[in-house]
Amino acid sequence: MALGIPEPGTDARVGSQAVARKVETVRKMLSGNEAIALGAWEAGVAVGCGYPGTPSTEILEALIHYPDLYTEWSVNEKVALEVGLGACIAGGRALVTMKHVGVNVAADPLFTAAYTGVNAGLVVVTADDPSMHSSQNEQDNRHYAIAAKLPMFEPSTPADARQFTRWAFELSEGHDTPCFVRTTTRLSHSKGVVDDVDLTIKPAKHPVGVDQNPAKYVMIPGHARGRRLAVEARMGELARVVETHPANILERRGSVGVITSGVPYSYVREVLPDASVLKLGIVNPLPEQLIRDFAASVETLYVVEELDPIIETQVRAWGITCHGKDTFPTIGEFSPEVLRASLGLSVPASVPDGHIEVPPRLPGLCTGCPHGHVFDVLRERGLYVSGDIGCYSLGVLPPYRIMDTLVDMGASFTMAHGMDIVLAQAGQSHTERAHVSAVIGDSTFAHSGITGLLNAIWNKRDGLFVVLDNGTTAMTGAQENPMSGERMGHENSTHVDYTLLCRALGMPEENVAVVDGNNKALIAQTIDELAAKPGVKLLAAVGLCIMEAKDLSKSGKLEEKKAWRALELSAVCKGADRG
Amino acid sequence: MAENVTNVLMVGVGGQGIILASDILAEAAMLAGLDAKKSEVHGMSQRGGPVFSHVRFGPEVHSPVIGRGEADVVYALERMELLRWAPWARPGAAAIYADTDMLPTGIAAYPADIDDEIASRFGRVVRFDMRELRSQINPKAKNTVLLGAVSMLTDLPLDAYAQAITELVPPGTAEANLKGFEVGRRVAASALGVRLESETS
Repeated sequence: MALGIPEPGTDARVGSQAVARKVETVRKMLSGNEAIALGAWEAGVAVGCGYPGTPSTEILEALIHYPDLYTEWSVNEKVALEVGLGACIAGGRALVTMKHVGVNVAADPLFTAAYTGVNAGLVVVTADDPSMHSSQNEQDNRHYAIAAKLPMFEPSTPADARQFTRWAFELSEGHDTPCFVRTTTRLSHSKGVVDDVDLTIKPAKHPVGVDQNPAKYVMIPGHARGRRLAVEARMGELARVVETHPANILERRGSVGVITSGVPYSYVREVLPDASVLKLGIVNPLPEQLIRDFAASVETLYVVEELDPIIETQVRAWGITCHGKDTFPTIGEFSPEVLRASLGLSVPASVPDGHIEVPPRLPGLCTGCPHGHVFDVLRERGLYVSGDIGCYSLGVLPPYRIMDTLVDMGASFTMAHGMDIVLAQAGQSHTERAHVSAVIGDSTFAHSGITGLLNAIWNKRDGLFVVLDNGTTAMTGAQENPMSGERMGHENSTHVDYTLLCRALGMPEENVAVVDGNNKALIAQTIDELAAKPGVKLLAAVGLCIMEAKDLSKSGKLEEKKAWRALELSAVCKGADRG
Repeated sequence: MAENVTNVLMVGVGGQGIILASDILAEAAMLAGLDAKKSEVHGMSQRGGPVFSHVRFGPEVHSPVIGRGEADVVYALERMELLRWAPWARPGAAAIYADTDMLPTGIAAYPADIDDEIASRFGRVVRFDMRELRSQINPKAKNTVLLGAVSMLTDLPLDAYAQAITELVPPGTAEANLKGFEVGRRVAASALGVRLESETS
């Protein structure tokens, strides 16, 4: 099961014989995300892929800097997971990263990958966002581990994140299963000391070669029924493994006992320094005997877990009495003060109160952001706006206040489509229905907007769809996407031509317009022209992200990007002269 | 609350350099041989919204976040943000801040007596008059200037700060940032009524 990861402080550069010489290792301050990348590299990962999403994005942005591996931003999470699974079947270990809602997108391959198994190790990172710092919901993705019957590690610190990622690859490969690592915003974006980092090692890789075994990888019902048994047998094995796995740690102190995992462990240590703690580094499956023995050894038992009562429910199902959500909140992120308040402990005093009332500082679009022009035009016309996920979601806030729905990646076009059906049933003409519009960003368009566009055209709907194209995935910190002309690592690549795409999907050419996103008058005129036409219309407002422009200006690449953006607006790129 | 842990809460507005300043402080603590943790949040709420970073260091640090009433020092690159986070400061906590005003959208005017309120609520206060300092520092080094004041109020060796600054600031800016750090120490020494070691020799 060992992956050939050298022990800290030893030299494994020339293989297993040379372990005697001590080498210089360093301490590093790493974020949880950077530590996951380090652990994956040390575990000999060959492929890292994912879709950007806060708080997961920095994992691949850190991984790309390590040698001897491949990284990509995939168009969406489902695609990323399938790329990762394919890499594993061909003998390359894969790390697939996404935010919690990304797992919803990737759930289809995920559940069946549990059946096929992986050959080389496959680790899926889910980055959850308790308190919804940057998300549309607060789902607890530990449910996915239970539902898909997959093991899940949950680190508490950056040092854990590095070690648990290595263990996740071992467990994945040793038991032929995808393995989750769950992080949360607080771990992903916290830094801590990670010891014994040696960047001169050469991690051992899995042997390459496609694993050809149709009974295992072709999930027709007859094969899947066989694999269904394998999944259940594997969970039985894992239930035994977790009883003694070093990720689960027992800290014996006083008669109050706490079962916890993840970042809340650090709050427990802070608030209840005398409590005995069972720190679960693996949250699925749970170690029944370890928990029974621990519960029997303490007088009062608390389960301290953020979000849903997942550990607590299982503990109670085993007939063990405990406190959990009767004491601690189900909603939102924990903190030392949340634990103190829940336990009725005294809260430290603060500096004395003052009399100045501090006004809120709401987030908003950057000054000069090209999206503002489209928002102004939509607002001036009083249009209903079906919105989507990205920086432009801030259009719902002042000063624009122009967004009416926002549900998930790609839902702008499709929900406007649904509205169009019902309004048409009520007898509204296409010009009356033109008060419903939809806006989506360029990366989101590539993620899952194109399928919705195709669906609307194919089903002969009416609708004005606007792509706010700033040439980057801005919300998560300017990642490349299929519309930006670059792939990961700012490597020049192909880019989608809106006009050719729409024509290929069946839209008349006069229904497509690609305009300069900084030209408000032209945007207004084009929207009026398009809104008057029947059928599905697409307007791409092409501009440059202000934040990315600042970075490009520093690195001397601004003019190149501006030239590229200008090219998109030219006749050549509009597809008119390509016939 | 863990004993012997120093809590520095660093706050400002998106783009001011809070994240880099907190990286430098945490790195300096680590280089000094201590355990250190820092915590912040990136993403949507930081598009022009408040930015904060919790830095904690000592022999052993558990929680990456500072609770209410636990910050020993609040470091602010914007005045109103200092007041926003005041409930996180323990009684008598030190305030280190730039007198920069960034008016939130939709607010007509900045509170007039903000400096007085800060002085009355906090213990030791180091206020940086950014207009007065304009001739002495590179404005982009403002975050390291204020770190100089942190170094006067916490117990980390100066060479750890110097190494952390040199490692982490953008290429070519180490000198300006180290100079800014020294300016910050002088301003803090004057505000706190203490003498710098370099002045005694």
